Amino acid sequence: MSFLLTATAALPALGAIATAAVPAAKRNAAKWLALIVSLATLVLAAIVLVRFDPGGDRYQLTESHAWIKDFGVRYELGVDGIAVALIALTALLIPFIILAGWHDADPLETGNKRWRPTQGFFALILAVEAMVIISFEATDVFLFYIFFEAMLIPMYFLIGGFGDRAHEHGEEAASTQRSYAAVKFLLYNLAGGLIMLAAVIGFYVVAGHFSLQTIAENGVPEMATSTERWLFLGFFFAFAVKAPLWPLHTWLPNAMQESTAPVAVLITAVVDKVGTFAMLRFCLQLFPEASKWATPAILVLALISIIYGALLAVGQRDMKRLVAYASISHFGFIIMGIFAMTSQGQSGATLYMVNHGISTAALMLVAGFLISRRGSRLIADYGGVQKVAPVLAGTFLIGGLATLSLPGLAPFVSEFLVLVGTFARYPVIGIIATLGIVLAALYTLVLYQRTMTGPVKAEVEGMPDLRVRELVVVAPLVVLLIFLGVYPKPVTDIVNPAVKQTLSDVQKQDPKPEVEAAK
Amino acid sequence: MNPVNYLYLAALLFTIGATGVLIRRNAIVVFMCVELMLNACNLALVAFSRMHGNLDGQIIAFFTMVVAAAEVVVGLAIIVSLFRSRHSASVDDASLMKL
Amino acid sequence: MENLIALLVAAPLLGAAVLLCGGRRLDAVGHWLGTALAAASFVIGVVLFADMAGKDAEHREIGQHLFSWIPVEGFQADVAFQLDQLSMTFVLLITGVGSLIHVYSIGYMEHDERRRRFFGYLNLFLAAMLLLVLADNYLLLYVGWEGVGLASYLLIGFWQHKPSAATAAKKAFLVNRVGDMGLSIAIMLMFTTFGTFAFGPVLESTGETSEGMLTAIGLMLLLAACGKSAQVPLQSWLGDAMEGPTPVSALIHAATMVTAGVYLIVRSGEIFNAAPDAQLAVTVVGAVTLLFGAIVGCAKDDIKKALAGSTMSQIGYMILAAGLGPIGYVFAIMHLVTHGFFKAGLFLGAGSVMHGMNDEVDMRKYGGLRKYMPVTFVTFGLGYLAIIGFPGLSGFFSKDKIIEAAFAKGGTEGWILGGVALLGAAITAFYMTRVMLMTFFGEERWQPAPDPDKAPSVEPGIEVHPGEMPHPHESPKVMTIPMIVLAVGSVFGGAFFSIGDRFIHWLEPVTDHAHGHPPISALAVTMSTVAVMVIGVGLAWLQYGRRPVPVVAPRGSLLTRAARRDLLQDDFNHVVLVRGGEHLTRSLVYVDHTLVDGVVNGTAATMGGLSGRLRRIQNGYARSYAVSMFGGAAILIAATLLMRAV
Repeated sequence: MSFLLTATAALPALGAIATAAVPAAKRNAAKWLALIVSLATLVLAAIVLVRFDPGGDRYQLTESHAWIKDFGVRYELGVDGIAVALIALTALLIPFIILAGWHDADPLETGNKRWRPTQGFFALILAVEAMVIISFEATDVFLFYIFFEAMLIPMYFLIGGFGDRAHEHGEEAASTQRSYAAVKFLLYNLAGGLIMLAAVIGFYVVAGHFSLQTIAENGVPEMATSTERWLFLGFFFAFAVKAPLWPLHTWLPNAMQESTAPVAVLITAVVDKVGTFAMLRFCLQLFPEASKWATPAILVLALISIIYGALLAVGQRDMKRLVAYASISHFGFIIMGIFAMTSQGQSGATLYMVNHGISTAALMLVAGFLISRRGSRLIADYGGVQKVAPVLAGTFLIGGLATLSLPGLAPFVSEFLVLVGTFARYPVIGIIATLGIVLAALYTLVLYQRTMTGPVKAEVEGMPDLRVRELVVVAPLVVLLIFLGVYPKPVTDIVNPAVKQTLSDVQKQDPKPEVEAAK
Repeated sequence: MNPVNYLYLAALLFTIGATGVLIRRNAIVVFMCVELMLNACNLALVAFSRMHGNLDGQIIAFFTMVVAAAEVVVGLAIIVSLFRSRHSASVDDASLMKL
Repeated sequence: MENLIALLVAAPLLGAAVLLCGGRRLDAVGHWLGTALAAASFVIGVVLFADMAGKDAEHREIGQHLFSWIPVEGFQADVAFQLDQLSMTFVLLITGVGSLIHVYSIGYMEHDERRRRFFGYLNLFLAAMLLLVLADNYLLLYVGWEGVGLASYLLIGFWQHKPSAATAAKKAFLVNRVGDMGLSIAIMLMFTTFGTFAFGPVLESTGETSEGMLTAIGLMLLLAACGKSAQVPLQSWLGDAMEGPTPVSALIHAATMVTAGVYLIVRSGEIFNAAPDAQLAVTVVGAVTLLFGAIVGCAKDDIKKALAGSTMSQIGYMILAAGLGPIGYVFAIMHLVTHGFFKAGLFLGAGSVMHGMNDEVDMRKYGGLRKYMPVTFVTFGLGYLAIIGFPGLSGFFSKDKIIEAAFAKGGTEGWILGGVALLGAAITAFYMTRVMLMTFFGEERWQPAPDPDKAPSVEPGIEVHPGEMPHPHESPKVMTIPMIVLAVGSVFGGAFFSIGDRFIHWLEPVTDHAHGHPPISALAVTMSTVAVMVIGVGLAWLQYGRRPVPVVAPRGSLLTRAARRDLLQDDFNHVVLVRGGEHLTRSLVYVDHTLVDGVVNGTAATMGGLSGRLRRIQNGYARSYAVSMFGGAAILIAATLLMRAV
């Protein structure tokens, strides 16, 4: 039995404690410590990736210890291909998030009204990383639930305590908005989590244990149809809030708008992925029949998310809000891919999670750099940036093109797979969802046009181009976007067997092509 | 002696304690009444232990004592600091929880 | 030989990567590097062509499998190339004309500080376009398809500081995206029907599925073609795309990219052959666009927009021919190639004129330029003769064949399509003569240069002194030589292809060819084509040659005014799509804020109010809390006992 998975999650957790313990005077040491810990975690994640054998058992690198015996709760870890891909994504993004947020928690120069614990900011990010990673690893429902919920605490402080100070109505308004967003985030997710807790307990009553590994061996426990459906809905509700799915989405724009760009990336690219991941792992595996029963309704909600999110993105004045609504649209695609119940759809959805993480990080972080230069999030406050900061504009454009799924960049692969996978079973939904690609082009290009092109605005003049630290953040993401767009095979190879397993859990087979069927 | 009698005594003590908590205003007295209730419980637990012939009740009684000790430490400290700030030990004077 | 195919794409791709990431250090050599790599690609193309021409017709197709792109259960997408005669034709056209335009741009963009990036974008375009025509499956074609769209977006918006250019770029991308939606739906349909979207398997098994399915696929492919090739109803972006630098208009928006739709339809010939309804739709789109473009071309005073209308119309001819099935495929491609020569030449000529005239684009402010720019005049003139179908020049051969094939479709349709094509030929002659006369003949109507602060549409890098009269002059050699080469192509191309039906024999193994039988004799068709051309030229001469051209455009008839506004299609789009979309998004933002969020906030407010009432129970007296505690405990105990009793 190896301790690799525990180590991958424990390292950032210990790092968080160590970072928090750094005295306030040595705030730079805290930054470097956090960065080094996140890089070391990346190395561990890479080892997990290498040690993982796509053709091997369903759950690998497993660890299993009794924990709370009386309730059958075990400390059980194990990863399948989907989890490995997402752990790798998380470990990959955190160093960039830390680097991008290097100055976000520096003490305020003006007036020194509030004390900002720099080391706390980085410790919280590492804490989130640890919890996200262990949620991906947990194969015990209860263990998963604990960290799924615990994540909210550091996120709450990251949003509420270190938010974006750029606000059109000044510092005071920003502070009010920020606490509103943080509380909204907390309440939404707590509500989802509590309903899930009831379902978790219900599941224990029916099944007598919490272990996914046991289910993988012995099959799903017998339960009455109505019980299964209620439990499914309990789980799904929590994940749909986190994902987020229309109409449970309104916390996301507020949270992303009010937090700093790196934290916004943390929310949408890392934390929210736990929601969609959990749909694949828990909803489909624990409640296969109920999943099939709910599929039509969920697909319609996902479709609404896609179109609605994109339309709202078009109507935004605030660029971070715009990215948030674009994310809602993208999460619609992910959920649609999961519940299309085809190999293409689910492989696409998993790839989508990875690609959306990278592309949103690229777009949002560059937007953050832009905002930090001008001190405003409003799109109308910019214009002609391309002329003064061509590299910034170029990377922003690439991030935008990735968001609109341009072929050759990574998100295209996943979006197309999701569309094809959905279309194969539900042609009408597939065709309507295709409208999403036109709308995506609309909001991205409008954003680019209004901020980057046109005559140079007076306030924008003299804006510096990307600095070295910022380039170090953006360049690898851009390279990854191109690489995974051209050669996604390394990821699909890892993901495919896991998707096949999930599909066999729900006993669904891919529809056969018409011509082949005729033969 | 019939162990049930101990239970009657425990009930009596508990009632005295509860009444004291409800009707007295002096914080120290209220506090002592709380202790009285705890001890009534202890008595009942020990009696149960004797009646059932196992040690569970006694063990819990020990727990209760530990809790009671902790409570004394915290509670007295609160009362003392309350007295210092308000020059009164009346519980009705400390009605700050009402907004 | 197979391994060279990837190099074709790799050379310009490398150029794009180096030029775009290279930074300022490459400013001095960037344009040479870009041109050299484009030329390298052309040389590879020629080598491959020589190799291919040396083989039998049946064994000419070669392929190269690079790597497995998206391997997912039941879904196989590869990066693999296929080079057959059809692709070869395009490769030579793209790299040939592309290289010439690279050379031309060295001169044209000389004063632009961002010239390096311009060449990077041009190289990117070449790579994407080559990928499009070399792909061996529809998904890879789609990559090239959107890749050229991206290059087009970047190049139209090259002068981004002009809001009009940025808007035009965005519009082009968006309209194209609508078409792309068609292509992606077509690919999905193929996947669900055939289980694959590689050319070979899909096109071979068209017989095994229903006609309805093939019609659906065909119509979706047509939608895609409409977007990329600027056909009605998705044509509105092409006119605006003229905001880009002129070499871009020549390469992308005349010679190559906009013809991708024709390639798509000809490539998918088997699908259309088996779906007559889809074919009919293709011919209708082609016929409508060829008139639409021609009418718009007659009314525009902006020389580039007039040419853009003409491009639209000429592609309409190609689409019409492609919709005719095996009797038209070859001629569609032949017209595509000859059009590539003469239209690129015309655009380069227009660029040369603008270069000499302080970047003035309004033809009403030209006039009498033939004395000042002889080379431009001659090359432009030859291109003009080619496009109107002057006997013996290349446009004559290709267009005449298309008109003949349109008649040969047979029945009433044949007569209508043939008639439309003939009418189009007449209008072509009219508007091209108008361009020619207004630009090179008549008196000099030059105007002083505008103040760049007031009219920011002047291209940057070119020094314009407000109030100065233009000094028309011939362009440097680096610009005129490509024009001369293209002029030679426009003169001799058609004849070269037609002698001994060379072009037909070349393409026949790929596209199939059937000889059409028009209801009237081929000679009669040719005679009438020449006759309508003469009428068109004559009418134009009557209006613009004999009478002086007013500097300010007259109000014009209702049709003229509508044609100046692209036959009101933009207005329609604006009112229905833009305004409607704005209202929709605005109301959705409102709904999201008040309704969806309102439900949640309302719940919160209700809870707040409720707890405000409940708060009164908290009177602050420890005794009352204790009472409630004891009361609660008593109730609990009572309930327990009661339950036990029951």
